[in-house]
Amino acid sequence: MNGAAQDRALSRGALVFLLLLATIAVVVPALNLLLPPSSPWHVPTYLVSLFGKYICYALLALSIDLIWGYCGILSLGHGAFFALGGYAMGMYLMRQIGTRGVYAHPVLPDFMVFLNWPELPVYWYGFQHFPYAALMVVLVPGALAFVFGWFAFRSRVTGVYLSIITQALTFALMLGFFRNNFGFGGNNGLTDFKDILGFNVQAQGTRAALFAVSVAALMLGFLVCRVIVASKFGKVLVAIRDAESRTRFLGYRVESYKLLVFTLSACMAGVAGALYVPQVGIINPGEFAPANSIEAVIWVAVGGRGTLVGAVLGAILVNYGKTTFTTGVLAPYWLFVLGGLFVAVTLLLPRGIVGTAQHWWAERRARGAAAEAAAVAPAAPAPKPAE
Amino acid sequence: MDAPRTTSALLYLDAVRVSFDGFRALNNLSLTVEPGEMRAIIGPNGAGKTTMMDVVTGKTRPDNGDVLFDGSHDLTRLDEAEIAELGIGRKFQKPTVFDMHTVEDNLRLALKADRRARKALFWRETTEEWERIDRILRITRLDPMRGRVAGGLSHGQKQWLEIGMLLAQDPKLLLVDEPVAGMTDEETQQTAELLKAINRTHTVVVVEHDMAFVRELGVKVTVLHEGTVIAEGSIDQVSENERVIEVYLGR
Repeated sequence: MNGAAQDRALSRGALVFLLLLATIAVVVPALNLLLPPSSPWHVPTYLVSLFGKYICYALLALSIDLIWGYCGILSLGHGAFFALGGYAMGMYLMRQIGTRGVYAHPVLPDFMVFLNWPELPVYWYGFQHFPYAALMVVLVPGALAFVFGWFAFRSRVTGVYLSIITQALTFALMLGFFRNNFGFGGNNGLTDFKDILGFNVQAQGTRAALFAVSVAALMLGFLVCRVIVASKFGKVLVAIRDAESRTRFLGYRVESYKLLVFTLSACMAGVAGALYVPQVGIINPGEFAPANSIEAVIWVAVGGRGTLVGAVLGAILVNYGKTTFTTGVLAPYWLFVLGGLFVAVTLLLPRGIVGTAQHWWAERRARGAAAEAAAVAPAAPAPKPAE
Repeated sequence: MDAPRTTSALLYLDAVRVSFDGFRALNNLSLTVEPGEMRAIIGPNGAGKTTMMDVVTGKTRPDNGDVLFDGSHDLTRLDEAEIAELGIGRKFQKPTVFDMHTVEDNLRLALKADRRARKALFWRETTEEWERIDRILRITRLDPMRGRVAGGLSHGQKQWLEIGMLLAQDPKLLLVDEPVAGMTDEETQQTAELLKAINRTHTVVVVEHDMAFVRELGVKVTVLHEGTVIAEGSIDQVSENERVIEVYLGR
């Protein structure tokens, strides 16, 4: 096995995957915008938005795979960071409505007028500016993850206990956001968006652009993950996953590694949520539901944890399945299918789809190499590292 | 933190006591290891050998007693990572290598370097580091396995890899817990040679059950029993000690 080639952030597989994503980012909006609806190659707008949503889920799955697949941190509350990013974007979109709301108030969103709030709460300040909102999309989930992780990892909370408290975190946030006096629209959440950066969110062109931006964000997220995973930092993460106390005895400060990767992962989830909201047109406390976070973990398990590509693939496949199922006569059985899928994957395909394929491929190559080595007796000298 | 030196010993334990739920794992244990020395620690099961290592490496906090490293560092106040940074490396009883990493990467992770997360993110291997890995691979005879995943090594090879990882850490003090457990006779002998070679430049503490191996090492032996030192001296001296015979053979 050639270690040097495998360690490069932009391995051949990663490049192919990025190229594929880039193609999708260009071709899908082009087929939607440039071709007339009568053309057989035309991609209808609803499909663009639907897949745009899947792409956001894929970014969320990627963020989970980074911490679960590579560092063994099973977060069952990553939906919280996704939703927080979504709320930050939702607040921006609400402030863009302006006088076009039902109550036509120039500053206050409709739900605040309805609740007789005299003025905008301080934490809504600044959200009319896109750069500020964009900053909050990353900063708020990141800060929460940092504080949460700081306490959890320093106290050496691991395994199932950590999973449970992440679950409690998202549940607590859900209860909070359900309350009207929290100032985020209570159980209705934020909706009725009009514009994003001056473009109508409903317009075909905007939807196509949002799709392209989502794919670009996914590409960036994938690239960041690849760089991390291929670095020495990434190797330490895997070491922590497989033998945490051993890593400590080597002198690594395990908690800082976990904290850094957990915070980064939360920021990625926040970006995913922010791109998700304008495409679905609503964000409400339901996004914090523990079941959502668990579902996201299932996507990663199905695709193959610790493979990155698998997380993306799993998210898209499972959600496509969900859409297909829940729109037909089989709708009542979807949860059974999802549960069954998780059990089946765990039992029959523990490496997930991509993991199994990679394993099979590696075995085949190893067998090929062994045969080759037998043919050419002396082993070739090991390659020097790339400087 | 750097108090003035109070002892010339590299490792200094005085009146260390550790109890778990009333069980005295270490009872007034006192022990000094001089710089450059190789020390073998023997004792029957439950004598407190592994607990002693846990205390030195920060895994277990003693109830009382002093544990000083290099005469000035109080190890009872530091955690595992800080102690490892000071220069104490540990090889575990059960070989624990990173199974999913290659042999080479295992050494790479152990290699002495800045351990901070930020540094690891932007770390680039220097030629010098690469050569060190290469040298350790040759010393531990794992050269042909360098690209192999560590999980696929034999038991003996894993033990050697772990010793190699210790070497890569380049610690001032190596704590080696049962290095030859489960090894063949030949492997045992090779391990003894390896440890002797390592001892030329490092201070080593070996905990071992295997008397033949300890004899092979030919160093000063400390005998533990019920958490305290009952004899110290050459292997021949301690094996004639009545108390030791009693402990090992029973009354």
